[in-house]
Amino acid sequence: MNIVVLVKQVPDSSMDRSLRSDDNTVDRGSASNVINEMDEYAIEEALRVKEAHGGEVTVLTMGPSQATESIRKALQLGADKAVHVLDDALAGSCAVATSRVLAAALGQLNPDLVLCGAESTDGRVQVMPHMLAERLGIAALTGARKLTVDGSTLTVERQTEEGYEVVTASTPAIVSVWDTINQVRLASFKGIMAAKKKPVQTLSLADLGVPAEEVGTAGATSEVVSHRRRPPRSVGQRITDDGTGGVRLVEFLAAEKFV
Amino acid sequence: MAEVLVVVEATRELGVKKVTLELLTLARQLGSPSAVVLGGPGAADRLGAQLGEYGAEKIYAAEHEDIDGYLVAPKATVLADLVRRVQPAAVLLASSQEGKEIAGRLAVKLDNGLLTDVSELAPDGTATQVVFAGSTIVTSRVTRGLPLVTVRSNSVTPAPAPATPTVERLDVVLGEADKLARVLDRVAEQKGSRPELTEASVVVSGGRGVGSADNFKLVEELADLLGGAVGASRAAVDSGFYPHQYQVGQTGKTVSPQLYIALGISGAIQHRAGMQTSKTIVAVNKDPEAPIFELADFGVVGDLFKVVPQAVEEIRKRR
Repeated sequence: MNIVVLVKQVPDSSMDRSLRSDDNTVDRGSASNVINEMDEYAIEEALRVKEAHGGEVTVLTMGPSQATESIRKALQLGADKAVHVLDDALAGSCAVATSRVLAAALGQLNPDLVLCGAESTDGRVQVMPHMLAERLGIAALTGARKLTVDGSTLTVERQTEEGYEVVTASTPAIVSVWDTINQVRLASFKGIMAAKKKPVQTLSLADLGVPAEEVGTAGATSEVVSHRRRPPRSVGQRITDDGTGGVRLVEFLAAEKFV
Repeated sequence: MAEVLVVVEATRELGVKKVTLELLTLARQLGSPSAVVLGGPGAADRLGAQLGEYGAEKIYAAEHEDIDGYLVAPKATVLADLVRRVQPAAVLLASSQEGKEIAGRLAVKLDNGLLTDVSELAPDGTATQVVFAGSTIVTSRVTRGLPLVTVRSNSVTPAPAPATPTVERLDVVLGEADKLARVLDRVAEQKGSRPELTEASVVVSGGRGVGSADNFKLVEELADLLGGAVGASRAAVDSGFYPHQYQVGQTGKTVSPQLYIALGISGAIQHRAGMQTSKTIVAVNKDPEAPIFELADFGVVGDLFKVVPQAVEEIRKRR
């Protein structure tokens, strides 16, 4: 099975993140950059499908040159090769334009199965799998907490607000996963060494046949007008329980009309 | 006044979801609200009264078994056809997983910008979003096409404004590409009659300090007394104390209730990302250094197994 995993490099969500003051885009220098956490589960799931059914795992990322760090990590975990869509004109791309570029790249890779994280920790927009499915005319099985592959039939348990849905489709399809789907492995020493020899192909917009003026800031379908830091919450009241903590908590709730 | 389309979310048990009533309330400030019901046969008749009560002037009813039978794509196709025809002033959806997914497909179909997780929307289309774990406030707008916006639950207080909606039935014309992801089963796992986590006005969450799955009964007891939903930190979920769908935080649900009570939760950024915009925050933790206290309007440094049972008893006494 030809499997492609979409990987996004994001600012580390455990650190202080910000937008740039000049153009309102994500400041990639303010926090260290890491693989989007949910994508690690997609990589793991891809490796498991490959181990059970055979095939090849390709990592696909779009991002600035430092995204090679995230590609390297995915290769160390066991992906076979990588494709990096890299072009200065991509800076500031909106989701609609990003989906156009990724769809063009996927069109060249011709996968049976595309795996990705259910959301990124920076934008948390959750739209990419369905945007890509829409463009490619393939199925999207999103928000999976379980994936079963039986020949060319994919079945997922999709997490919902009320419980879950069982959803099925034939390949080719795109599946997005939550962190409940598996336990991710750590890179082995052997994997780290092997990654150095794995091929990484770089594709430009010209390689993909996507006009530069239709992506990036120039081609964006939405814009950030302004941003500001949210003022910190005012410091509240804090007590140490002296045996009446529960009563005083309820007194607070009553004063705020919750009780 | 120009139409504003509101995509309805509903459950069979509880009818129209609260977030849809919030969207109708918001839509009234932007134009004339039209509710779009996308569901199986009979959906619009079941939901019409509630939609009218909150100001829907019109109801577009797209009812077909394929809409429930396949994931997301049929809804986006029907909605795109409707948007092309009526050219609304804006399209509003809930910022739920499915709401975002429909919006994503619609954005591609119409080559239209979209904004997600919006907390405010001005009549000129300027939207406000709170990003990066609640640390940054962004204003943004769609620059290509109409305002296509998903709105976060609890951003607007739903207010009734009774109207008598006219109902227009839509033809459901689907292509093969809409019928690729087939829904075999829908399984409800919601426990009891608690409100949905993202919609609840009160959320009581437990963390690692709760100590065990069994001890979560205490969290549930306080939540039930306050009519709230139960949440859990990632540490509690990873420890197997509570199911994943109740996880609040960066890799779980984002909630913004009137009252958020954090029990035995230290308040790592992972958790704060999901609850920082709550109106009032109360915390109980035995560690006086826990970062959750930086957010709390009222904090109790103490043993939650002493403080919470006493609070439960006190609430009962006051009733």
